[in-house]
Amino acid sequence: MSKWIASAAFAFAAAAGAQDTPPGELVKSVMLDIQASVAQDKDLQAGDRDKTIALIEQKALPHFNFVSMTSLAVGPAWQKATPEQKKRLVEGFRGLLTRTYASSVNSFRDQKLDFRPVRMKPADTDVTVLVRVLQSGAQPLDIEYDMEKTVRGWKCYDVRVGGISLVVNYRTEFANLVREGGVDGLINALEAKNKSAERPAAATAKK
Amino acid sequence: MRGRQTGLRAAALALALLAAAGCSTVATDPRDPFEGFNRAMYAFNDGLDQVAVKPVSRAYKAVAPEPLRGMVRNFFANIDDVFNGANNMLQGKFLDGWTDWFRVVVNTTFGVLGINDVASDMGLEKHNEDFGQTFAVWGVGDGPYLMLPFFGPYTLRDSGGLIFDWELDPVVRARPIALRNSLIATRFVSKRTDLLDASRVMEEAALDRYTFLRDAYLQRRRSLIYDGNPPRERRPQE
Repeated sequence: MSKWIASAAFAFAAAAGAQDTPPGELVKSVMLDIQASVAQDKDLQAGDRDKTIALIEQKALPHFNFVSMTSLAVGPAWQKATPEQKKRLVEGFRGLLTRTYASSVNSFRDQKLDFRPVRMKPADTDVTVLVRVLQSGAQPLDIEYDMEKTVRGWKCYDVRVGGISLVVNYRTEFANLVREGGVDGLINALEAKNKSAERPAAATAKK
Repeated sequence: MRGRQTGLRAAALALALLAAAGCSTVATDPRDPFEGFNRAMYAFNDGLDQVAVKPVSRAYKAVAPEPLRGMVRNFFANIDDVFNGANNMLQGKFLDGWTDWFRVVVNTTFGVLGINDVASDMGLEKHNEDFGQTFAVWGVGDGPYLMLPFFGPYTLRDSGGLIFDWELDPVVRARPIALRNSLIATRFVSKRTDLLDASRVMEEAALDRYTFLRDAYLQRRRSLIYDGNPPRERRPQE
């Protein structure tokens, strides 16, 4: 009974908007929700990519700030980009990150997660949420979510896995592409990568 | 003795190659002055991986169930803990060092020669240390990035560390040679199998896999040197 009330209260809170959910609880609920979804679904366990992408589109991606992520990864060239270029950069990077995320979901499906308490003051607008993946015979793997407070709730603007920042890791690649072909060169590279990744997915889906 | 000579010869060859590559390469990234040579080595390693190492690792994953693979992983991880401890001691992290060595005692006895990581279940966390990290803590800089044949991404400092890691490694010192070789091969396949997921993610993520791997490696090393808490780089102004 109390469980039912709790889940009803949770559903209500979710419906009322995630604005007020503190970053630590937000990360925890999203990660556990995804783990539970994978545990219940044979297709997801088998690595069905379209379904995995649909799952994270629904559960996780609304909590990311892709504009922040893109501007940080693109670096100085972001300033010089036109609004249209910015839009296409964000779309391209979002596609790339979505597929990367999807390809990692299965690896964490039956891992023990240790959600560390977030040390923050009420006035903080930029915090890091640490989740540790406990594994046998290896050092625990740190996953850190850099979160910023926005009017639409806490949004993630970078993820660090084992100390490797996703956003920082793209900086050199993006800078090289901008140097070679300008902002449009980078846009084309992102769109080409996304297109080439869609095709094999469609081919395997037909099999 | 013979092993040492081969090692020296390999090192001399590598240096000669580096010198040759250094003359002909136009470097763009200050951290990677030998990019031309490194890209060639990456192509070599990647080719070997696609043709031989990855297929063997996939087969191993398909044939050996996770409990067995876990035992293999833990057996070698237990040996590593001896050196995790030594390196923590050399870095002045005595509590971590004793924890590592206590893990070895617990896992070798209660964990039956290390095949069960009971120490982690008891809350004694494993660390990740090596001589490259110790040298970094002692103040040695990264040096240029190097893609070593067979061994993969390193920095010059970490390749120096690798020589110590390798020379002291009981697996490498195991005799007879046939036993040593099968131990090295088993450990290598076990580690590569654990990276199958990660390498698939990288293929999905990278526009240029060479650059992506290099930057990921350098970030990862920095994080390991600072034990997961590197000084935070400032967020560039938007």
